[in-house]
Amino acid sequence: MLKPLFSIVVVTLLTAASIPNVLADSRLLATSGVTQVEGSAGGGLVPWALISGYADEGEWSLGAFHTSTDVDDFRLKVDGVNVSYDNRVEFSAALQGFEIKGVAGDIRQEVYGAKVRLTGDAIYTEVPQISAGLQYKRLIDPAIADAVGAEASDSGVDLYLTATKVHLGLIGGYHFLWNATLRATKANQLGLLGYGGDEESSYQLMPEVSALVLLNDGFAVGAEYRKKPNNLSAFKEDSFSDVFIAWFPNKNVNLTLAYADLGSIAGSKDQTGFYFSLGTYFH
Amino acid sequence: MNFIKRSVLLLTFFGVAVSSFSVSVQASDANAGQDSLYHDLGGQAGIEAIVDGFITEISFDQEIYPFFKDSNISRLREKLIEQFCMLSNGPCEYTGDSMQDVHRGMNITSGQFNRTVELLQASMDKNNISFPLQNRLIKLLAPMRPDIYKR
Repeated sequence: MLKPLFSIVVVTLLTAASIPNVLADSRLLATSGVTQVEGSAGGGLVPWALISGYADEGEWSLGAFHTSTDVDDFRLKVDGVNVSYDNRVEFSAALQGFEIKGVAGDIRQEVYGAKVRLTGDAIYTEVPQISAGLQYKRLIDPAIADAVGAEASDSGVDLYLTATKVHLGLIGGYHFLWNATLRATKANQLGLLGYGGDEESSYQLMPEVSALVLLNDGFAVGAEYRKKPNNLSAFKEDSFSDVFIAWFPNKNVNLTLAYADLGSIAGSKDQTGFYFSLGTYFH
Repeated sequence: MNFIKRSVLLLTFFGVAVSSFSVSVQASDANAGQDSLYHDLGGQAGIEAIVDGFITEISFDQEIYPFFKDSNISRLREKLIEQFCMLSNGPCEYTGDSMQDVHRGMNITSGQFNRTVELLQASMDKNNISFPLQNRLIKLLAPMRPDIYKR
């Protein structure tokens, strides 16, 4: 069996970031965002311009997360870590395990992410915070991607540009956050079913949006929408969407509960269910 | 499935609708009186309590206190009260130095700025100021950051 590169990367990131006295949490509560399904700081589905953790200028952040999505015929479990520096750059590693009802054998995919904040501060500048990122995806179990007719079943890269803005006290005194992301991708169902297909094999631009309101006591409610390509003629793919409640009790932990609509996956229609995610940061 | 997409749209429209609403609320804030933030924060007594609490929080904070240890605290208190009162549309005028002059040479980092925001929030928490009211004051203070940060 192919040993996941994931474990090596995780150990490296943990070692690099565990140097004493460099981890800090000088940003304001909830500005970490939560962790999206591919391991980048964001909402649950969409990467945001926010940089993971709470590290500000000259500081490091180290975090880990676990996400579990349970829809009718599939389960997606994601574990990963993220490291960020200077509220400027973010690196992440995530291992996705996709379980299919009635099929022996999961599909595992590794996702390595990098993101850089280009300009702006989501709270303090007039212009939104704008970041650019990439997600390198490597399919550990390519058999199903090959079976459904993916053009490539080894690896793929998503590139994205993202803007996030917090409007202080906008809604009845509560902060409002919006995010807009444009992703260039070939991935079929995040890459779990390979990259490209008979219908389309080149990069396409997909919009992804999120909005939330930060309520009392670190609670946030919001919704997300993520458009996805439709590369395989035999297996129609829908956009993802969710409504969520997230809780930031402090800067060490966040919890997200969402109800997600993942549409049609590999021929199974109307896949809906709950999404749960736990994120932690160490400082 | 359309439920969630409708929720996304609804939330977006809600945001836009409320943002235009809050613009009109701000316009009426300009008329001060009973509807002003000053009034909602508890008037002069409320603002004095927030500032007193803020100074207490600062004096317990090992990172922020050094910036204030040589300050004239009674003058600081007086000027902060004037400033919060004026910003919240109270019947006061800020007579202190400009934010730029006050913070020149301090080279305040982004982290120190955020820490000070948290100390003000802590004072408002202890004075039982609701989160939306806190946010309204923070929103008025946030635009001063360019005059404070890295000066």
